[in-house]
Amino acid sequence: MIQATALTKRYGPRLAVDHADFTVAPGKVTGFLGPNGAGKSTTMRIILGLDRPTSGGVTINGLPYQKLAAPLREVGALLDAKAVHGGRTAYNHLLVLAKANGLPRARVDAVIDLVGLHSVAKKRSGGFSLGMGQRLGIAAALLGDPGIVMFDEPVNGLDPEGILWIRNLMKALAAEGRTVFVSSHLMSEMALTADHLVVIGLGRILADEPMDRFIAQNSVSYVRVRSPQMAELAPRLAQRGWKVDQQPDYSVHVYDANPEQIGDVAGTEGLWLHELTLVQSSLEEAFMRLTAGSVEYHAGGDAAGAQPAEGQQPLTGWGAAPQGAPGAPGVPGVPQDTQQQGWSQSQPPNKERIQ
Amino acid sequence: MIEVKDLVKKYGDTTAVDHLTFTVEPGRITGFLGPNGAGKSTTMRLILGLDRPTSGTAFIDGKPYRELRDPLRYVGALLEARAVHGGRTAFNHLLYLAQTQGVPKRRVGEVLDLVGLGPVAGKRTKGFSLGMGQRLGIAAALLADPQILILDEPVNGLDPEGIVWIRDLLKALAAAGRTVFVSSHLMNEMAVTAEHLIVIGRGRLQADMPVTQFIAQFSDTAVLVRTPSALEFRAAVEGRGWKVTPAPQDGSLIVTGSTAEQIGELAAERGLVLHELTPQRASLEEAFMELTRESGEFAHRPVPPMRAGAPGTPVAEESQTMQEVSDGRQQ
Amino acid sequence: MAASSSSSILAPVAADGAGTGHAHFGRLLLAEWTKLRSVRSTYWSLILLIIVFPFFCWLFPYLTVANWKQASATQQANLMLDPIGQVMAPGQYLGQLSVAVLGVMVSASEYSTGMVRSTLLASPHRVRMLAAKSVVFFLLVLVIGEVVSFAGFFIGRQTLKSLITVNLNSGDIRQVVGGGLYLAMLGLFALVLGSLIRHVAGAITGIVALLLVVSGLISLIPGRTGKYLYTYEPTNAGFAIIAKHVPDNFLLSPWEGYGVFALWTAVLWVLAAWLLERRDA
Repeated sequence: MIQATALTKRYGPRLAVDHADFTVAPGKVTGFLGPNGAGKSTTMRIILGLDRPTSGGVTINGLPYQKLAAPLREVGALLDAKAVHGGRTAYNHLLVLAKANGLPRARVDAVIDLVGLHSVAKKRSGGFSLGMGQRLGIAAALLGDPGIVMFDEPVNGLDPEGILWIRNLMKALAAEGRTVFVSSHLMSEMALTADHLVVIGLGRILADEPMDRFIAQNSVSYVRVRSPQMAELAPRLAQRGWKVDQQPDYSVHVYDANPEQIGDVAGTEGLWLHELTLVQSSLEEAFMRLTAGSVEYHAGGDAAGAQPAEGQQPLTGWGAAPQGAPGAPGVPGVPQDTQQQGWSQSQPPNKERIQ
Repeated sequence: MIEVKDLVKKYGDTTAVDHLTFTVEPGRITGFLGPNGAGKSTTMRLILGLDRPTSGTAFIDGKPYRELRDPLRYVGALLEARAVHGGRTAFNHLLYLAQTQGVPKRRVGEVLDLVGLGPVAGKRTKGFSLGMGQRLGIAAALLADPQILILDEPVNGLDPEGIVWIRDLLKALAAAGRTVFVSSHLMNEMAVTAEHLIVIGRGRLQADMPVTQFIAQFSDTAVLVRTPSALEFRAAVEGRGWKVTPAPQDGSLIVTGSTAEQIGELAAERGLVLHELTPQRASLEEAFMELTRESGEFAHRPVPPMRAGAPGTPVAEESQTMQEVSDGRQQ
Repeated sequence: MAASSSSSILAPVAADGAGTGHAHFGRLLLAEWTKLRSVRSTYWSLILLIIVFPFFCWLFPYLTVANWKQASATQQANLMLDPIGQVMAPGQYLGQLSVAVLGVMVSASEYSTGMVRSTLLASPHRVRMLAAKSVVFFLLVLVIGEVVSFAGFFIGRQTLKSLITVNLNSGDIRQVVGGGLYLAMLGLFALVLGSLIRHVAGAITGIVALLLVVSGLISLIPGRTGKYLYTYEPTNAGFAIIAKHVPDNFLLSPWEGYGVFALWTAVLWVLAAWLLERRDA
C-alpha cells in the first residue's frame, strides 16, 4: 500500500506537487494519469526516495522508502527500461541486482522464467529489442517478489503482442494481491487495464476513485436507440420529458433516461428496436473533461509562467485543433452541459460493456 | 496516393519486404499494422526513398520519391527515431527544411505554434523530451503543407491532450482529401483513428481492407441482450436457430448467429420488452490477435510463454522468436 | 466536419521563388548555410582556427628570434631562404586540425544524429545536396582561411623584423593566399571523408592520423618510391603551396602539388556522391 499525505514538492517558486493525498491499495491496478508537467514523475520519484518532499510525505506499507529494510523486496519499479549495461547478459544483470539485495540466485531463474526470457538469458542485453529490454526491466522489478510494483509508461515501444502481454501481466499481479501502480498517457490502454484511478493536474490530485465512478462522474451518458419506426418512437420518448437528439445516421441519442425505461416504452407500444445501448464516455473523454475544465491545463507550466517542472521546457498547449480542442472551460468534476459538442464517438458504444 | 507494387527488400539472406503490393488512397486514414520485425519501417523507408528496393516499385502520385521536386510539399513524414541534430535549435532545424523547399520563413513559426513548441523554438533540441521531439517531428511533417502524411508511431511520447489533438488533426486532413498513412502498435488508438487497414507480417501483406471488415472477418459477431422476460426470449431465439449464452456477470444474454435488427424485430413480434440491445463489436486488438494466431506465417515456434502467476490467467505468447526479433532490428 | 477552423494547416503554402535548376540549387545553398551556421561546432572550430593559426605564426618566429644564436647554420639558412614559409607552416600545421575536424563533422554528424534522414527526405537529389554542402563549406573555410593566413603572415613578419625584413613579392603572395586555399581544400577533403566513413570518431581519427602521422612516416621511406608517396599523398601535396621552394623529396611544383590535392579531393568526392546515391540512408 502506498499512502501519500499532504505531499508537497516545491522547486523554487513552482509547486510541482501540491498537498497531494491519495492511496494506492493492493489487489487492483491503479492508473496514475495526468497531462505532461502535472507532477506525475515527481510524485513517483518521491515515492521511490529519489527526491525529498518539501513537506508532507508518502509511505510504503507505513514507512518512507528510505526506512525500508529491504526496499527491492517491497517495491519493484520499471521506470526506464534502458538503464542496463549493454555488455552484460540479461542473466548477469539480474544476478548483480540479486546479490546486491541479498536475494537468492533462484529468484533470478524464477523471474527470467516468468517473463519468458530464458532462451536469451545468456545473451548480452545490448542486442535486445525494446520489447525484450522492457521484459528484462520487469524481471528486475519483480526480482525481490515485491508487494508493490510501479510502472511508468510500460507499453512504450512494444508491439501489439507485447502490449497485450504487459496488460495481462499487470492484471495478474494485481489479482495476486499486489499493489500495481501504473502511469501512462495512453487512455485507451488505461481503460482496459486500470481498476482505480489517481488523476493529478498542476500538482493537485483531481480524482482518486474507482474507474467506473470516475467515468460516470465525468461524462454525460445517453442511450443510443435505433429503430425502423423511429418516427413513432421518438415523439413518445420526447413526451416523457426526455431529451431526444437526432443523429445523421438515423439513430437517436436519448438523455435523462436509462435503457430500461426506453425499452419499456418501445415494448408497450409494440415498436421494433434495432439497437438499445447505454453509451458512456470513454476514459479519454472523461479525462479530457476533467483536465480541460480549467484553462490553465492547456499550458505546460502553471499560469504564473514560473520555472519549468523537472527540467521540462515550458510549452504552450497545442494550437487550435482542426475539430476544436476538446473540452470547454467549466468547473472541473461537474458534468458538462449536454449541449457539449465534439464527442468523437470514436469507440464502439459498447466498449465499456465488453469488459 | 501511394502505390507500392511488388516491392522487395533483402538484406543479405533476410527478406524484410516480400513482394508487397498495396495502394494507400486519399481521403481516409489508412492504418499500417504488424508485429515488430514485420517490415513496416522498412516499407516506409522504401516509399520515402531512404533505402533502395531490391526490386519492385513505390510511387507517390506516380513518381518515385527521389524524383519529386520539393518532396516535402508532397509528403510529410514522421519516422521513428530522432532525425535532428541535438545542437541545433528547433527553429533552425525547421528553417533548414523550409529553405530547401522554398517555404517562407514565417511558416516555421506557424507550425511551431501549431504544435505548441513556440516558447522553445530557440532551444537546442538535445534538451527536448520525447514528447517535444515528437512534436517537432510533427511540425516538420506539416511544414510544407503536404498532400500525403506518412507517420510512424505518431503518438509516441505525447500526453493525452496531444494524442487527441493528433487524432483530430489526422481526421481533418483525411476529410479534406489528403492521404494519411499511419503505422502504430497501439491497436486501441488505431481502432478509433483508422478507417482502412493494411496489415503486414514477415514482409508480406496479410490484410488490406476497411477496419470494420477486418474486425468482422476476424471475430464473431454477437449481440448483447437484456430483457425482463428472459425465458420467453430464449425460447423465441432458440426457436429461430440462433444461439444464446448467458453472460456471466449480470444476467444479460449473448446471442450469436443473427443481427441486432433481427433480434429486435423478433422481440417486438412476440411482445417482449428489451432493456438492452447492443451489437458486440470486437475490438481491433482482438481481431488483430486472431489474425496473428490464424496466419501460420505470423506466428512461429513460440518462446516459452510468460507464466502469469494466478491460475486461469491468460498466458501470452510471443509470435516471433528472439532471432527474428533481433533480425527485425536491422530495419 | 468543418475544415475551415484549421486554416493554418490546410491553407496552401506559397513557394518562395519556386523554380528549376539554378533557383533550386540556390535554395539548397541557403539551406546548407543555415545548417552550418546553426550548430556550435562550426563556431568553436573556426574560433579555434582564428586563435591558433595566428598564435603559432607568432610563437615560432618569436622562439626563432629568441634562440637565434643557438640555431644551427641549416636552420638559419632555412629561415633566410623562405621566411614566409617558416612563418606560415606552424600556424598551418596546427590550424588545419580544427578545419579537418569541422569538415568531418559537417558530413558525418548527420549520420550520428540521424539528421541525414531529414536531409534526404528534404533533398532526395542527394548529389545536388552534397554539392551544395561542399560549396558552402569550401567558401566559408576559404574566406576565414584567407583572413587567418594574412593575419598570421603580418604577425609573423612583425615578429621577425629584427632578423629579417620580409617583403611580399608577387611570387611570394602564393604562399599566403595558398594558406587559405589549402585550408579550404582540406576542409572539403575532410567533408568527403566524413561522407564516406559516416562515422564521426572514425573519420576524425582517420584524418588526424593522415595529417599528423602518415604524412610524416611516409617521408621516412627511402628511395624513389618514398618520394612518389611523399609527393602524391594528398595533404602533403597540398601543403606544398605555402612553401617558397619544395623540399628535395617532393617531385612537383607547389601549384602542381595543390592540383594533386584537388584531384584527390575531386575523385573522392565523386566516389562519395556515387555511394551516397546508392547506399541506404
